[in-house]
Amino acid sequence: MKRLPLSGVLIPLLSVLVAMFFGGIMIAVQGINPLYTYEVLFETAFLSFDGISVTLAKATPLILSGLAVAICLRAGLFNIGAQGQLISGALASAWAGYYFVGLPKLIHIPLALLFGATFGALAAFIAGALKAYRGVHEVITTIMLNSMVIAIADYLASTPFKEPDQPLTRTPAIQDSARIPDIFGIPFGFFIAIAFSIALWWLLRNTTTGFRIETIGRNRNAGWYAGISVKRVTILSMLVGGSIAGIAGAIETLSITGRFEPAFNAGLGFDGITVALLGRGNPLGVIPAAILIGGMRAAGSTVQFKTGVSPEIVDLLLALILFFVTAPLLARLLKRRHENVAITSGWSN
Amino acid sequence: MRIKTRYPLIVGLVIVFAYFYAQNGIVATSVSFSAIQLALPLALAAMVGVMCERTGIVNIGIEGTMLISAFTAFFLGAIFKDTVLGVLVGIFTGSMMGLLLALMAISWKMDQIIAGVILNILAAGLTSFLYRQNYSIAGTLSPIEIPILSDIPIAGAILSFHGPITYFGIFIVVALWFALYKTSWGLRSRAVGEYPSSADTAGVSVIKLRYLNVTIAGGIGGLAGAYLSLEAVGIFERGFTAGKGFTALAIMIFGRWNPLGAFAAALFFGLAQAVTSQLMIDEVVEIPQQFINILPYVLTIVILAISAGKVRPPAAEGIPYEKEKA
Repeated sequence: MKRLPLSGVLIPLLSVLVAMFFGGIMIAVQGINPLYTYEVLFETAFLSFDGISVTLAKATPLILSGLAVAICLRAGLFNIGAQGQLISGALASAWAGYYFVGLPKLIHIPLALLFGATFGALAAFIAGALKAYRGVHEVITTIMLNSMVIAIADYLASTPFKEPDQPLTRTPAIQDSARIPDIFGIPFGFFIAIAFSIALWWLLRNTTTGFRIETIGRNRNAGWYAGISVKRVTILSMLVGGSIAGIAGAIETLSITGRFEPAFNAGLGFDGITVALLGRGNPLGVIPAAILIGGMRAAGSTVQFKTGVSPEIVDLLLALILFFVTAPLLARLLKRRHENVAITSGWSN
Repeated sequence: MRIKTRYPLIVGLVIVFAYFYAQNGIVATSVSFSAIQLALPLALAAMVGVMCERTGIVNIGIEGTMLISAFTAFFLGAIFKDTVLGVLVGIFTGSMMGLLLALMAISWKMDQIIAGVILNILAAGLTSFLYRQNYSIAGTLSPIEIPILSDIPIAGAILSFHGPITYFGIFIVVALWFALYKTSWGLRSRAVGEYPSSADTAGVSVIKLRYLNVTIAGGIGGLAGAYLSLEAVGIFERGFTAGKGFTALAIMIFGRWNPLGAFAAALFFGLAQAVTSQLMIDEVVEIPQQFINILPYVLTIVILAISAGKVRPPAAEGIPYEKEKA
């Protein structure tokens, strides 16, 4: 893959601007000044210490869910299931967070994270195994698994894991020993997420596993001829993606929400798709993409309060960004060859 | 479905129905009636898939097509207090989504899975941004009594008194089957989906036919969306299609890319859902509601896992067409 030096940065940046232009039209149609709206958005998200702190907290799960999608993209798999994997991990870590009593922090937090990773990976494993052994397209299975995980988690939080003696569908609060602290006002989870980005970037670049993942991502047949077990690498990539998404849910639970409720975590996994594609599938590129989108999410309610634009403007902007970043239109305008991410392989190959 | 398994299956279904009818006639007919209502949007959505994939375009954006069409159909129907206008708007919106997919997949030669996912995310973003509360339509499309059919004892109660989109939808299924297998358009479309370069040599414009079919298919998806918001329930909510567009893809595969096969598969899905809900109401089984809701998703995965490797999709699907340069 020959990359032109700037296109990796220029196209995502331009697509954000073009998306904001079209989003601005939608805002202007409602009779609100789009420039003022964007000004409020960026001021709230990035121009104060408190704002940045909230932005980074919002970016943390997005970096991880972005990585969960990105690593699978590198293996030629489109993991739409980050949402389900994230929720699976969030519930498992919430359980581990309240069930174990009297553990020291240094054991309890990693244990709860491990629960999150394991159950995130479990949700992804089903899709990976079906892809590897039955050739079922992962896009359909992961979407179906999303709905299944959400329903099952809803059931578990409403019956067996429900907090007793109160009406809400939610688990008990996690123990203090499982709570992830903030460091200088920035959630510690953010640093964990950065560490994962760097680790994955290194893994893809410098290890044989990374090489295998990249090879089957470019050409499954070539990988097969080269003696790579395509099945194993497919499952492995999904497991890595799923466990990272699970950790995203776990960190969100252990540092922000403190328990599991079905309404929590909405959309974090889906935003991961936009983050991954905006970051061009690069584990390091995911970081700025997640911070940008985290900022938009962080500022959503303030924007509504100050301008009256509904916070769903962020959903619209993200959809437009995704459209422009993946459509080769911009690349063509820039007279640069577009690299198509090829993942279509039919329904049953 | 293979010929060998088709007849025993039909006989089996009739026996099962007869058994339930003997137990409780009213319940058995009402379950069958609601099975058709549950099956129809799935069947129409599966037609979108059949039509696109038979010409070689993978359409994973059916979900988004239905969602945004249900949205425009509902809100324009509500604003102008005209439900029929709403249906037409839904069809138009759907065909625009089809056109957008065609643009991305055929002209821009984008990866078709990504293009479809973009449709879904665009539809979700637009509908949740533009969604407003406190709108209502004048009324859902009213059921039609089919003259002679409604007098037949059991079949009348099951097959009559459905809404207009239901009957039109069944007509589309049959018409699409006829068109695909008995007309020159169908032959050309299937050729383009299997072996575009030889169709091209024979003088078929691959690009034009693909554009046409994907756009018309989008319109059918729009009708499915309009069915949901204007005939089935008469409301619109965010994320209202609840994965039906994806289930439809499994139905399309289960029906082997054949309109009639897909319709049978959709009826099977509808029946499975209707029977489970009835068992819940009767308190025969005590399953948490959440597990009832995931039944179609589980069925989708199971069917895909079983049928994978046994069915053969159109050979050229997912591959952008490029004329060979001499």
